[in-house]
Amino acid sequence: MGQTFAEKILGSKAGKRVAPGEIVEVCPDIAMSHDNTAAIAKTFKEIGVERIHDPDRHVIILDHCVPAANEKFAQNHKDIRAFVQEQGISNFFDIERGICHQVLPEEGFALPGTLIVGSDSHTTTYGAFGSLATGIGRSEMAVIFATGKIWLRVPETMKVVVNGVLPKGLTSKDVMLKLIGDYSVDGGLYKSVWFTGPVIDEMSVASRMVLTNMAVEFGAKNGYMEPDDKTLAFLQNRSRRPFRVVRSDADAGIDQVIEMNVNSLEPQVACPHTVDNVKPVSAVAGTKIDQVFFGSCTNGRLEDFEIVAGVLRGRKVHPSIRMIIIPASQQAFVQALEKGYIQTLAAAGAVIVNSGCGPCMGNHEGVPAPGERVLSTSNRNFKGRFGCKDAEVYLCSPLTAAVSALTGVITDFRKAGAF
Amino acid sequence: MSIISGKIWKYGDDVNTDVIFPGKYTYTVTDPKEMARIAMEDLDPNFAAQVRPGDVIVAGKNFGCGSSREQAAFCLKYAGVGAVVARSFSRLYFRNCINAGLPVITLPHSPDLFKAGDVIEIHLAEGYLSCSAGRFEFPPLPDAVIGIFNDGGLIPHTRKVLGLER
Ligand code: SF4
Repeated sequence: MGQTFAEKILGSKAGKRVAPGEIVEVCPDIAMSHDNTAAIAKTFKEIGVERIHDPDRHVIILDHCVPAANEKFAQNHKDIRAFVQEQGISNFFDIERGICHQVLPEEGFALPGTLIVGSDSHTTTYGAFGSLATGIGRSEMAVIFATGKIWLRVPETMKVVVNGVLPKGLTSKDVMLKLIGDYSVDGGLYKSVWFTGPVIDEMSVASRMVLTNMAVEFGAKNGYMEPDDKTLAFLQNRSRRPFRVVRSDADAGIDQVIEMNVNSLEPQVACPHTVDNVKPVSAVAGTKIDQVFFGSCTNGRLEDFEIVAGVLRGRKVHPSIRMIIIPASQQAFVQALEKGYIQTLAAAGAVIVNSGCGPCMGNHEGVPAPGERVLSTSNRNFKGRFGCKDAEVYLCSPLTAAVSALTGVITDFRKAGAF
Repeated sequence: MSIISGKIWKYGDDVNTDVIFPGKYTYTVTDPKEMARIAMEDLDPNFAAQVRPGDVIVAGKNFGCGSSREQAAFCLKYAGVGAVVARSFSRLYFRNCINAGLPVITLPHSPDLFKAGDVIEIHLAEGYLSCSAGRFEFPPLPDAVIGIFNDGGLIPHTRKVLGLER
């Protein structure tokens, strides 16, 4: 029998043929950490090792609370800068660059056939470039600092085949919410989820990143697409090192196959407080909202800006809505400026914030008040996620978010005439 | 390995890391005592004040889903929780508990069988637990990770492997 993508990558790292369920000790190619690096560095010191095993494997990005919201966050950043300096880590990106999951691919670290770990659950995002990428804990990252190694279980593989043609205005976000809604937040638990099919082939690289980003919301260990011409074009002039495309063999062991057809897909909304509490927009249309958040590592890229600016051009955000916009990276910010999207959004009355995580995990820049409702393009709507346990968070696509920002209520863009 | 014994705290499916350890504290609360005080803050306001050493959490499927934050494992350990029993765990949470040295037991039975407040005993080495609902067996942890667990967690284990034990 042939081997799956995950078996090949973990097997080549372990130096032997491996099977699902097996636990192997491996050296990841890239290990990413962010604002949690200060805590990791502290644990690393506790181990008793002086120098990082291989500084060049590590990428450190400040993004979770940038610029620092208060003294504690500032101290955290200061400690990280000192550690980076002390250990000679050259792949360091300070507060001006944006969200790790966008910056890593932009900077050419997310490469086909590689093994990437990150002390952040949405590390799965890099699977859109054909890497095996998964989240790990802080202690595990401290041990990688010390030894270069980590234990991983070889996952079973699930194939998600997305068939049909997406109706106008529907995006990868709607596809992913539908998948999670239908199969629940543990539908892909522990699995390596392979996204494939004609709808995936049609998608841009940025759209594919939405699926792999939210693979963790589906319980998966990792999510990935096989690289194609679009992936290779993205990587051209970006990739930091040579790479090799890895694909599953035709006769590899696939644990489960899910077939979706999107021909009559409706825009989807995940309602509070779980990501699988998904309803078609028609079932929640009219729900009053107080804040719209357009940003995050899920949907804050240039193509999302094009959609949102297209809706808001020449219009005004509804007076009862605070619209907060955060580009996924500084690069996306600059491109959106060059295209005139930022001017359009500012003129529409949106608040535009520097790139970073913002309110997505409740740190700053738009924490809601008790009793308020937020409609967000991010990936999680858990109770308290936006920093207030008595607020509600709904998740949707950038188009649904933009149209709803104009009306003040969750809106089906297909019924909103002009859009 | 000793017997874990305490009271049952019962929760449902998909208990996520944000309700176990809210995101807004992840960069500001680091002291073990303070971490214990906010454990389960957004799910069960009585938990932190009333949990006693050895108490056991019994929950449904996908316990610990969401973030990679290992404080969600450590805060329960610091609060004195003896073990977490669930139908299934999110993979990151399962890893974080092993790395924290907090016993995680996957039991396919519905948590509905168990009564909150009931006394439970867990015999880790023998692979069974008992309470008024009966005696239930569970599979041992995989060989490859039991060493980490027996050493008290990933950091002490790594120190041991590297010969840096204090
Ligand atoms: S934008 Fe949100 S989900 Fe993405 S890395 Fe930041 S906090 Fe995590």
